[in-house]
Amino acid sequence: MTPPGNETETAPAGYRPSTLSALAAILAKDLRVELRTLQSVPAMALFAITTFVLFRYGLDRESLSGGLAAGVLLATVLFAAILAVNRLFVAERDEGGFDAIRLAPVDGSALLGAKAAALVIYLLVLEAIAVPAFALFFMDSWAGVPPLFGVLVLADLGLAATGVLISSIAANSRARDLLVPLVLLPLLVPVMIAAAGASRELLAAGGPSYDGVAKWLAVLAFYDMTFAAVGFAVYDYLLED
Amino acid sequence: MKVPSLRDTAIAATLLLCAGFALVFFYAPLDVDQGFIQKIFYLHVPLAICSLAGFIVGGIFGIAHLRTGKAIHDVRSYVSIHLSVIFGVGVLITGSIWAHASWGKWWVWDEPTLVSFLIVFLLYATYYPLRYAIEDRDRQARYASVFAITAGAFVPLNFIAVRMAESLVHPRVFATANGGLPGSMLLTFIVCLAGMALLWVALVRFELAAKSASASLSRLRRAIEGETQVPASGSRIAPGVPSSATSAS
Amino acid sequence: MPALPLDEAGKYVAAAYVVFLALILTYVAIMAAKLARIDRELHELADVAEGRAGRDGEERAGG
Repeated sequence: MTPPGNETETAPAGYRPSTLSALAAILAKDLRVELRTLQSVPAMALFAITTFVLFRYGLDRESLSGGLAAGVLLATVLFAAILAVNRLFVAERDEGGFDAIRLAPVDGSALLGAKAAALVIYLLVLEAIAVPAFALFFMDSWAGVPPLFGVLVLADLGLAATGVLISSIAANSRARDLLVPLVLLPLLVPVMIAAAGASRELLAAGGPSYDGVAKWLAVLAFYDMTFAAVGFAVYDYLLED
Repeated sequence: MKVPSLRDTAIAATLLLCAGFALVFFYAPLDVDQGFIQKIFYLHVPLAICSLAGFIVGGIFGIAHLRTGKAIHDVRSYVSIHLSVIFGVGVLITGSIWAHASWGKWWVWDEPTLVSFLIVFLLYATYYPLRYAIEDRDRQARYASVFAITAGAFVPLNFIAVRMAESLVHPRVFATANGGLPGSMLLTFIVCLAGMALLWVALVRFELAAKSASASLSRLRRAIEGETQVPASGSRIAPGVPSSATSAS
Repeated sequence: MPALPLDEAGKYVAAAYVVFLALILTYVAIMAAKLARIDRELHELADVAEGRAGRDGEERAGG
C-alpha cells in the first residue's frame, strides 16, 4: 500500500514474477497468517509437551537416553508434525488459493515449495521448544542436543517433502483429517529409522557418540532428495482442477 | 512382438508353477540348517519379489496415466496395485508361518525383508481409502497415480532403510534368501519365480478382462435400454475400463 | 535355527502352500461370481434385444 503522491515503479506489462519470488511471497503470507492466528505451532508445542508427560507415565521412566530417548522424542515430533500437515492446505482449499495459483502467471511449484518451507519452519520452531523441554524432563546431560538439531533439520525436510504431497492430495478429498495420518505415517517410517539411528547415538547415556551417524544422515538426505524430486515431477497434476 | 494372450499367459503360469513346485519337493536338496522348513522359501520369496515388482509396475502405470491422461493406465495401475496387495497378504502369512517354524514366534523383527514388506503393505493398504475419499473420477485417478508414483519411489528406499537398521549381530533368519544358493536350489527358485511372475501377469490380465467385460456390458445396457440411470463404469473406488479402450485379450 | 523333525516341519510347509492355494482359489471364486453376474445381465439384455427385434419384425411384416 503506497501512500499517495509517492512515485513507485509499476511492473511492465507481461511481468512474470520468478518462481522463487512467488514462493517467498506465499511463504511470507503463510507465516504472517500463522503469527496472527497462531493455529499450528502452539498446538504442536502443547501436544508435544503433553505427550512427553504421557510417556513419562506410560514408560514409568524419569530419565531416558539412547534408543528410548530417540524413540520418544522422534515419535512425538512426528505426530506433532501430522497436526501441522493436516492444516497446510485447508486455507487454500477454503479460500480458493488453488484457483489463484492456477490463474497466476507463476509456476505451481511455488505453492508447494512455499508450503514445504512453511512446514519446515513450523517444525523448527516446534523443536526449539520441544527439544529443550524433552532434555529438561528426561535427560541428564544436554551435550547431545546441539548435534541433534542437525538430524532434526534433515528429518524435517523429509517430513515436509512427503507431508506437502500427501496434504495436497488429502485437501481435496473427504475425510482429509483421517487420510493424512493414515497415508503419511508409513511413508515416514524410513525417516524414523534413520533419524532414530542417528539420534540414539547422539543421546547415548555416556555422552554423544558419532558412531555411524553419518550413514543415517546420508539416508535422510537421500530420502529428502527422492521425495523432493517426486514432488517436483508431479506438482502440476496435484494443482490441476 | 505380439503380446501373448491371457489364455497363453495363464497356461504358461500353470505349467511353470507346477514344474516349480515339483522341483521344490522332488529335486531341490534339503537345507543343512533349516531342514524341510526351508521349502517355504520357494513360495515366500517369489511372492514377495512379484508383489514388490507389481507395486513398482503400478507406479509406472501411474506415470503413464499422468503423462498421457488416458484412463486405461489408471485402471492398469489400480489392478497392478490391487493384485500386489493380495500377493502381499500371501507374503506376510507365509513369512509368519516360516517365522513360527524357525523361531517359535509368529512374527520376527530380525528379518528385514519381512519387516520392510510389512511397511510397504501398510502403505499400499491406504490406497483404497485414498481412492474412496475422492469423489470426482478424474481427480481420483490423478491423485491415485500420484500416490502410486510416490509409493513406488518409497519401496526401494524403505527396503534400504530397514536393511540398514538391522544390526549385524542378529543372524538373518531366512539366511538362504541371499546366501550362496547351490545350483539345484537356484534353479528351483528361478522356475518358481518365473511361474509366480507369470501368475501375477495372468491374474492382472484376468482382472482387466473382467473389468472390460463389465464396461462393455454397461455400454450395451445403455444402448439397448436407453439413457436410464446407469452408474458410471466401475464401482466408487475401483476404476472401470473406459469405453474408448479396446477389450484386453 | 532348529531343523524340526520331518512330520512337524511338514505341517508348516504344507500350511504355507495351502495358504497360497487358498488365496488363488478365493480370487478365482470372486471372479467366478463376477462372471456369473455379467453372464446373467447379458442374458437379460439379449432377451430385451431379441424381444425388440421380434416386435420390429412383426410390425414390418404386419404393417
